[in-house]
Amino acid sequence: MINRNPQLNKNRVLQHLLTTEGLPAAILLKILDTAESFVGVTERDVKKVPLLRGKSIVNLFFEPSTRTRTTFEIAAKRLSADVINLNIAVSAQTKGETLLDTVDNLSAMNADMFVVRHAQSGAAHLIANHVQSDIHVINAGDGRHAHPTQALLDMFTIRRYKREFHNLRVAIVGDILHSRVARSQIHALTTLGVPEVRVIAPKTLLPSMVERLGVHVYHDMSAGLKDVDVLMMLRLQNERMQTASLPSSEEYFKYYGLTPDKLSLARPDAIVMHPGPMNRGVEIDSVVADGKQSVILPQVTFGIAVRMAVMSILAGNQV
Amino acid sequence: MMKIHIKNGRLVDPKNGIDAEQDVYIAAGKIVAIDVAPDGFQANQVIDATSFVVCPGLVDLSVRLREPGLEYKATLESEMNAAVAGGVTSFACPPDTDPPLDEPGLVEMLKHRARNLHQAHVYPVGALTQGLQGKRLTEMAELKDAGCVVFGQPDGTLSDLRVLMQAMRYASTFDFAVWLRPQENSLTNNGVAHDGEVATRLGLPPIPVCAETVALSNIILLAKETGVKVHVCRVSSAEGIMMIRAAKQQGLPITCDVTINHIHLSDMDIGFFDSNCHMMPPLRSSKDREALRGGVLDGTIDAICSDHAPVDEDAKLLPFEQAEIGATGVELLLPLTLKWGVEINAPLIKTLSKITDASAKILGVDAGHLSVGAAADICIFDPDQYWQVLSTALLSQGKNTPFLGMELPGEIKYTIVNGQVVYDQCE
Amino acid sequence: MNSKLPDAEALLDHLVKSIQQDLDKDYALVGIRTGGVWLAERLYQKLAITKPLGILDVSFYRDDFDKVGLRAQIKRSEIPFDVNDAHILLVDDVLQTGRTTRAAINELFDYGRPASISLATLIDRDGRELPIAAQYVGAKLVLPSQQKVALKCAADGKLSLRVCDKSQTND
Repeated sequence: MINRNPQLNKNRVLQHLLTTEGLPAAILLKILDTAESFVGVTERDVKKVPLLRGKSIVNLFFEPSTRTRTTFEIAAKRLSADVINLNIAVSAQTKGETLLDTVDNLSAMNADMFVVRHAQSGAAHLIANHVQSDIHVINAGDGRHAHPTQALLDMFTIRRYKREFHNLRVAIVGDILHSRVARSQIHALTTLGVPEVRVIAPKTLLPSMVERLGVHVYHDMSAGLKDVDVLMMLRLQNERMQTASLPSSEEYFKYYGLTPDKLSLARPDAIVMHPGPMNRGVEIDSVVADGKQSVILPQVTFGIAVRMAVMSILAGNQV
Repeated sequence: MMKIHIKNGRLVDPKNGIDAEQDVYIAAGKIVAIDVAPDGFQANQVIDATSFVVCPGLVDLSVRLREPGLEYKATLESEMNAAVAGGVTSFACPPDTDPPLDEPGLVEMLKHRARNLHQAHVYPVGALTQGLQGKRLTEMAELKDAGCVVFGQPDGTLSDLRVLMQAMRYASTFDFAVWLRPQENSLTNNGVAHDGEVATRLGLPPIPVCAETVALSNIILLAKETGVKVHVCRVSSAEGIMMIRAAKQQGLPITCDVTINHIHLSDMDIGFFDSNCHMMPPLRSSKDREALRGGVLDGTIDAICSDHAPVDEDAKLLPFEQAEIGATGVELLLPLTLKWGVEINAPLIKTLSKITDASAKILGVDAGHLSVGAAADICIFDPDQYWQVLSTALLSQGKNTPFLGMELPGEIKYTIVNGQVVYDQCE
Repeated sequence: MNSKLPDAEALLDHLVKSIQQDLDKDYALVGIRTGGVWLAERLYQKLAITKPLGILDVSFYRDDFDKVGLRAQIKRSEIPFDVNDAHILLVDDVLQTGRTTRAAINELFDYGRPASISLATLIDRDGRELPIAAQYVGAKLVLPSQQKVALKCAADGKLSLRVCDKSQTND
């Protein structure tokens, strides 16, 4: 039972982007380097290049997310691709059509690339296994599993502000257990050579054996934030209070929310990141979110360039 | 009157301690002699079993026929064919049908339909509670008369422990055994994979080991309280085995089984979300798997079953969490058990015991041995023939198994039930 | 083989002279990555150009993306002046099919509407596939179709030419 890496095609180049796990550093760096060029494009008056002219990219969102869908849509349009947005949560699935039926139908309409968001872990893998070999799949978030483009734009942001990865101390703070973003961040950071990745959370928000992913576990912000260069905050879903994971958002903010006091424990030049959308006063204080160490808005800008890079690299990798 | 002579085979009969080249003589559906032909025996059919093993027909503690109600997954015919193609001549079928096996009429119908196919013996497990809802007791005595041999609750233990205690008490009144799968549903909490590194990596909702051990603790304490015979189905964890070992040492009337899948696989085999590995209980860590193997070897685990669950292809072509639970397996029980025996260098007689006489004893039926006078339920296989598990090679309507593509030892040549050849590989 | 090739430094001098005759145009120099940038940097030193040097990486505008995908090393384009109404002098090391020039012109138009675009090249070889011509040429060259000519840049910025088979690396 040999499981070859389902993201690479037979020429060992990236066919799908499903997770940051198991990808060589060279591939991650190529995406970041290519994204640098696209940042240049997005700063021009005409923010569009003709690279993917005539290609059809389908945003297949089985879970509503205007924000992520929009960034992929902008990225695709700036590459001159045709974009089709499908919000499946309210269409085919309710009529009993299966996930793969939907994919088959769209493939028959000559889609070149699927951008998939789904509430179930592994949905993007399932689709990637199923489609014909000339179709590419980008995972835009599957369950708790992976959100590779978010992690890549985070890596891009870190490199922008910190230049190197090999001398950094990075802390990921919050609901690691339910977070696909955290998992993808951890794999990307360790692959790119960050020597110390910390996760900080109460025990109810940590998955078991998380240290096996190569991270150091902290339950206390003052110890966990000491001397870190990068703080990656995670969004806390309100439903955690209903599922006996946390008593209240107030108590969470008091012990795990990022306030100026807690930020002062990190290195003075530390940057603060958040994948958005933020819950101000729950996981992050507005003073910090809008403060001079925050790079949350640049993250959004870079997100488009990184997604352009991923789309163009995949589209260029034909079997 | 049909008379069969099986000659030149290696007879392996764990219950009677025989492993020798001995012939078997069958007449009128029964074994009439071993080794030496009865006077004037004239066979209508001679089976040359040279280089084959002749053993009791296998007894499987969990085979789902998907009838009544779930015929789109499989039919009685297809799964009965699959059972004898796997050398299985007796099996228990769990009550998780639609509707559940909680009324004598349903059980009688199932028994009747199965009997008409003249294949393996079907032993329904009666539902312990009405509709398997965990609230009201079923008519266990009536169900027994209709053909149920034991009573069970396949989807984990009851949330209301008082109902569980009362069900155990009532069953013990009639000396019925209660079969329970140890799973505390509030701790399982929609989980789909063992709470370990793999679930963490793949972001699959986890099922902690304590979902099993907490339930097991309740089962053991209530068994002590009520004195009922308890069979623990599908134990999956190292800690669970320790608890059962301790309970047995205290002299409690407790037995337990494990699935052949859990003997060979661990959560690592989920790989990149292989939905064929979505099982319940979940495949646990390799450490647990080693403990399960140890438990079978030292007798803590009494028997191995297939936990056969045919699933239609569409129900598996879904994201892991949504994919239906279970693996097809009745045709793989013997090959996978042999593979285990070879891996640990166990004598064949000991290996086969776990799927013949030991499981028959748990089921409480007279099967799984080749004594003179017993029903002629026999399995003849070539232990050295390897075959590849392909969907086309399986008679079960379910093709869902993590072992697809693998080469396994042990090819069934003939299966005999009540002295009739019901499976002949050459036909 | 190299002995047949003209000396790059001599061609550079020749180019400088011919461009100088038109300097009233107030050219803005834009080199095309990679060879064209080396050449443009040398021209920029020798000519009295007022606007800062521009660099184009035409990877996003190439017409062979469907065949070969994205190139391994892409760097960002830098146009540090206002393209609108500028007289742009594109600089490339070798002009052959004209496809790279086509891509560069398209890219420039995404920065604005220049007053004019001219082209300077060190080598103008055979094999044109588009109606494109260079205004300033170091030398014209005819080569077997399986061969290509490439510019090299030494550590001190000194330029040289070499010929290699097309199957070899293209840098």
